Amino acid sequence: MTGLEHETLVAIAKSWGLFYLIALSIGVLAYTFWPGNRKRFEHAKNSIMNDESGPWE
Amino acid sequence: MVSTLTMNERHIALVISSFVAVLGLVLAASGRHDLLEPHGFLILLAGLAGVFVILHGYFDPEPGPERLSSYFDEPIKVGIVLAMIWALIAMFVGDWVAWLLAYPDFRFDAAWSSFGRLRPIHTTGIIFGFGGNALIATSFHVMQRTSRARLPDQLTPWFVLAGYNLFCVLAVTGYLMGITQSKEYAEPEWYADFWLVIVWVAYFVLYLRTLARRREPHIYVSNWYYLAFILVVAMLHIVNNLALPISIGSAKSYTIFAGVQDAMVQWWYGHNAVAFFLTAGFLGMLYYYLPKRAGRPIYSYRMSIIGFWGITFFYVWVGSHHLHYTALPQWVQTLGMTFSVMLLVPSWIAAANALLTLNGAWHKVRDDATLRFMMVAAVFYGLATFEGSFLAIRPVNSLSHYTDWTIAHVHAGTLGWNSMIIFGAIYYLVPQLWKRERMYSPALVEVHFWLAVAGTFVYVFAMWNSGITQGLMWRTYNDSGMLAYSFVDSLVAMHPYYIARAFGGLLFFIGTAVGAYNIWKTMQPIPAAERTQADLPVLGELSRPILQAGE
Repeated sequence: MTGLEHETLVAIAKSWGLFYLIALSIGVLAYTFWPGNRKRFEHAKNSIMNDESGPWE
Repeated sequence: MVSTLTMNERHIALVISSFVAVLGLVLAASGRHDLLEPHGFLILLAGLAGVFVILHGYFDPEPGPERLSSYFDEPIKVGIVLAMIWALIAMFVGDWVAWLLAYPDFRFDAAWSSFGRLRPIHTTGIIFGFGGNALIATSFHVMQRTSRARLPDQLTPWFVLAGYNLFCVLAVTGYLMGITQSKEYAEPEWYADFWLVIVWVAYFVLYLRTLARRREPHIYVSNWYYLAFILVVAMLHIVNNLALPISIGSAKSYTIFAGVQDAMVQWWYGHNAVAFFLTAGFLGMLYYYLPKRAGRPIYSYRMSIIGFWGITFFYVWVGSHHLHYTALPQWVQTLGMTFSVMLLVPSWIAAANALLTLNGAWHKVRDDATLRFMMVAAVFYGLATFEGSFLAIRPVNSLSHYTDWTIAHVHAGTLGWNSMIIFGAIYYLVPQLWKRERMYSPALVEVHFWLAVAGTFVYVFAMWNSGITQGLMWRTYNDSGMLAYSFVDSLVAMHPYYIARAFGGLLFFIGTAVGAYNIWKTMQPIPAAERTQADLPVLGELSRPILQAGE
């Protein structure tokens, strides 16, 4: 039988599956709490409060 | 409608409509003597209707370049109206099948009115008709506002809206005739599925094109949720509908998956339909309309980002919790269960973020039924996600699965969360888009609110009681080790709850009808003297933040 066996898939899921999810979560947390991003986020959340004047040319 | 299109766009629209009409004719011809034939003619009719509409408005004056300095809101208005029409149809059918369960004679002995055919009309009509149109309409609104950019062209939004509704019509008319893949929430057959892929790709590309035109440097979090909704639904839809039709002339197809793989793919799809259709897209709505209506920016923008990635990472793994105690390998079940429990964290982040945004504006929640719709939505979102994580735990599931507890859970989500946030968004949007100072009758918004809340509570409590009673009766043994109750015994015990549920649904339906009337009256033209100034935010003080962030 060629191709991926069930056991191979299980092994990949149980090892790399775990690691890449942890790596992604670290990436997300770093992005979220990166001090340099603070200003952009503050701007973004306030900016929507006044957006009815039409598209900016 | 046609008057919003440039001449060039009218030509392209004519080509597309003619193409759809020819396609319908081909399907009708190749599907002679099959259930495909009526659907072929329906598609032909849709194409011809498109041609007719465009030709009818063909000589209308073209929109001038001044259109580019305003948002393109026409398709949003149509989307809202379509959403309300679908809500009325699908809630009516939903309540009908609810009465049918209590009184099975309500089906008048016809094939088309059997529970198995009406029930998917309810689910498709609500999820895709009502929810889908509301998602498309609000996404058109949010993507333009948060990007400070107009939609890139006039034709694509109309194509997405019309094409999507053609899909919904094909779906529900198919059920009446008995066409189904018998996959829950993925019932439409191969030709309708193909069509939806085309429409959905156009929708996705439209979104990206709008974002590419944005003037706002950062992409506001609502857009991330809407994009996750569009992208993941495309992925789910394509994989779960991989099927081979018997022939090009047959409505029937067979899935390429078999046995437990088919079940796993189906519930990977099914639960992610909940996750990305009914959650991600709706959180996009919540993160935009709740701060706007409350006049306060979202409590924590960082929380919204962490919640977003939590939800996208975790949700895709939880589908297997629908297959506890089946042939599915135990570890896959455990994986689904574990991720379901973890999912509580990002879910409650979103619910808490919404409620903390309202903290300090409770007087507005008290006075403003529109904002109250959104507040109740956030509360039910928190409640339903807690219940969902709990029900996914295997031993709990052994009691709840296949009982009405599942129905209670789903409706806590769909009535309490999805519908409430849609109504909140619609009551926010209708006066703004139609340039009215307020809804036709604020009192009727209150009436709608209380009918919706009362209906939801009656419904959910009836089904909780019924479900737990049912689950316990099915697992009660007598002294000799036999089951103490027959299935019919449990049916008899559920009868009063079924009546209560149908009554709760009726309240909710009446509320929706009141809302539709109110929206209809608000849309009516008003004398020029009473009109508010064009293009100004109509909410007055509400559209301005009361408190600046950090204050």
